[in-house]
Amino acid sequence: MAKLKIALYWAASCGGCEIATLAIHEKILKLAEVADIVFWPVAMDFKYADVEKMADKSVDVCLFNGAIRNEENEHMAKLLRAKSKIMIAYGSCSYEGCIPGLSNFYNRQLTFDRVYIETPSTENPKKIFPQTKFKVPEGELEIPEFYDTVKTLAQTVDVDYFVPGCPPEEKTTWLALEALISGKLPPKGTVISHSARALCYECPRIREEKKVKKFYRPYEKIPDPEKCLLEQGFLCYGVATRGGCGALCPQANMPCTGCYGPVEGVIDQGAHFLSALASIIDSNDPEEIQKILDDIPDPAGTFYRYSLPDSLLRRAIIK
Amino acid sequence: MKKITIDPITRLEGHGKITIFLNDDGSVANTYFQVPELRGFEKFSEGRPAEDMPQITQRICGVCPEAHHMAATKALDDLFHVEPTSTATKLRELLYSAFYVTDHTTHFYILGAPDFVVGPDAPPAERNILGVIAKVGLELGGAVINTRKQNHWIIQTVGGRPIHPCFGLPGGVSRAINEEERAQIEEIAKQSVEFGKVSLKVFDDVVLKNKIYLDMVLSDTYTQKSYNMGLVDENNKVNFYDGKIRVVGPDGKELCKYAPREYLEHIAERVEPWTYLKFPYLKKVGWKGFVDGKDSGVYRATPLSRLNAADGMATPLAQEAYEKMYSTLGGKPANYTLATHWARLVELLYAAERLLELSRDPEITSPNIRNIPTATPDEGVATVEAPRGTLTHHYITDEKGIIKKCNLIVGTTNNYAPLFMSIKKAAEDFIKPGVEITEGLLNRIEMAWRPYDPCLSCATHALPGQLPLEVTIYDAQGNEVKKLSRGI
Repeated sequence: MAKLKIALYWAASCGGCEIATLAIHEKILKLAEVADIVFWPVAMDFKYADVEKMADKSVDVCLFNGAIRNEENEHMAKLLRAKSKIMIAYGSCSYEGCIPGLSNFYNRQLTFDRVYIETPSTENPKKIFPQTKFKVPEGELEIPEFYDTVKTLAQTVDVDYFVPGCPPEEKTTWLALEALISGKLPPKGTVISHSARALCYECPRIREEKKVKKFYRPYEKIPDPEKCLLEQGFLCYGVATRGGCGALCPQANMPCTGCYGPVEGVIDQGAHFLSALASIIDSNDPEEIQKILDDIPDPAGTFYRYSLPDSLLRRAIIK
Repeated sequence: MKKITIDPITRLEGHGKITIFLNDDGSVANTYFQVPELRGFEKFSEGRPAEDMPQITQRICGVCPEAHHMAATKALDDLFHVEPTSTATKLRELLYSAFYVTDHTTHFYILGAPDFVVGPDAPPAERNILGVIAKVGLELGGAVINTRKQNHWIIQTVGGRPIHPCFGLPGGVSRAINEEERAQIEEIAKQSVEFGKVSLKVFDDVVLKNKIYLDMVLSDTYTQKSYNMGLVDENNKVNFYDGKIRVVGPDGKELCKYAPREYLEHIAERVEPWTYLKFPYLKKVGWKGFVDGKDSGVYRATPLSRLNAADGMATPLAQEAYEKMYSTLGGKPANYTLATHWARLVELLYAAERLLELSRDPEITSPNIRNIPTATPDEGVATVEAPRGTLTHHYITDEKGIIKKCNLIVGTTNNYAPLFMSIKKAAEDFIKPGVEITEGLLNRIEMAWRPYDPCLSCATHALPGQLPLEVTIYDAQGNEVKKLSRGI
């Protein structure tokens, strides 16, 4: 059997997905037996031009991490899509937009104003902003255009599979690679994880009755180490989050923040969490309900912590 | 005029890009180092609950998330006016020490060592971690992998997750450790101390005993006389987790020593229109352009500058190594960029020794890991030493603890101007009229920035091989004349 040709690329990301890819440790040797990595900028010769010269669909699989934040990210996404038979959005940024996607609450100008003018350490009396093209005495320098809106990979090109997580856990990565190696591919559009259901099903915490009178922020109270965090009033996102990570955060006494994205069949993770929340509030009195909900600061930024660009909201309207 | 573009050299919150303009005679007219990416955490943190900042800001960098997690957590202590418990402080520093051991190990063996151990002119195919292992032996190669793996286990055990930990809270941490975990950590710490010692011996045997390498370390091309910044404890010893920021001039004289809350009196950032990254500099000295010396506010925040800015190391073996380094380099401060690799190994030994001390601390397994904040949050500033430079987080919130303003001065950003200058100087010294631009020559330019370990070159960290590099030479009309490239 011919070896699989794999390409890996990072767009707007933190590098954690690259580290996560390597976290398969010794299995990377197993991967090397069956696959050739034809393009991986962090590890190998980086040649945009070589990718351009490749025949269309000559790469079997592209694992693409990072969101689409600027012109260069978009260009590479389109180029790699054309060259690859299978395109995989690897990790939360390319799948859903992730934490950098919170930028969609603002826009380019507001971001530039903050970073290049307002920040108290910045000394910029002439109000200089970075320019995509700038003439220096010796010639012209270029940098890619920074977009107003963070987009997911699937909003940019056709995507075949999604691997969730910020970053994906080792076992999730391997599950995806195994499917590729064995050729036993799931239906197009599948989110590859060990679970399609909510994280709660794999969380060792004891669940009883979800009736909440007051919500607490993580710093306000020490949680009971055995009991469900949501039942204790902490905004644990597990109920609206796909499982597969092994419930690492709840086991460290911290609420799940939702990085594995929505459960199977749910389009909008934030709306799903909101409906779950509505069902556990222990009151029928509208005023009291309002009071209970007032304890939740920043609902949009919390419920859509990882999924704003991929949600039905996508971004805030800036007037 | 010809234009050489090295794109991308690495990632610095994005992909770095070096452009070298040549005069008609082939000498260097000017060099630019651009960072073509921005993500804007300073803006979109606004509106978020402050307690989420450790988990939000660590997404700036997935290679050193521990540094952001720690700076943010400490900024929350300040913001909520709460002191962490003694055990919580120690657990944070314990995790941070384990993180330093892994990070410095990967940098030295995978990025730094190939140039020295295998040689700067060795074929690229050998100039990588595999080449290093071939030279130093499989046993040490195994120890490199083991040290990383074991210390990652500590990070996951204490911090909750292997990448992007979740344990930091104002006033403490979310999880205590038990005796069984403590004993395992102590065992790993012992091995890490041994590993630190062996690593310094490798440096001694391979680099210091080779006159060619030592001459290269001491050469003018790789010398830069800028200010040095680093966090120090109350005895002016190097500290990664806490202390005051001390700045020492290229002549070794202390310029200032300040608490994190005073950073705005000392640090300013400059904006240039051709890059997305800002250039921090010492405010009181002022911005004088991309030049070194006492009158220029350019400063470095690297392992070497931390050692230059301090009076020594707080642990015995590291102190010994510190003294040896300075006696070999002819005293303090050392302004030799390539000696940064050596300083990194001194720090590696310190981190391992500190890890061992903390693992044996009788309080470390105490369940008393959190103080609940009761004061109204308002403003918080904190500084830690990230492996790649002094990292400062600054938040202002409303009375409910919602972020209103956020400012971040990130590790590698501190080094943007000196990095740029090191590249420029190496380019000017090596690219001369009539000299053919070879792969080895490009590597010598690359060696000028590698000691800084610009963040997300980090990603290469974890891999066998060096940073990929492509240099394209264009003529005045922008036509491609020559292309050189190399990878692993």
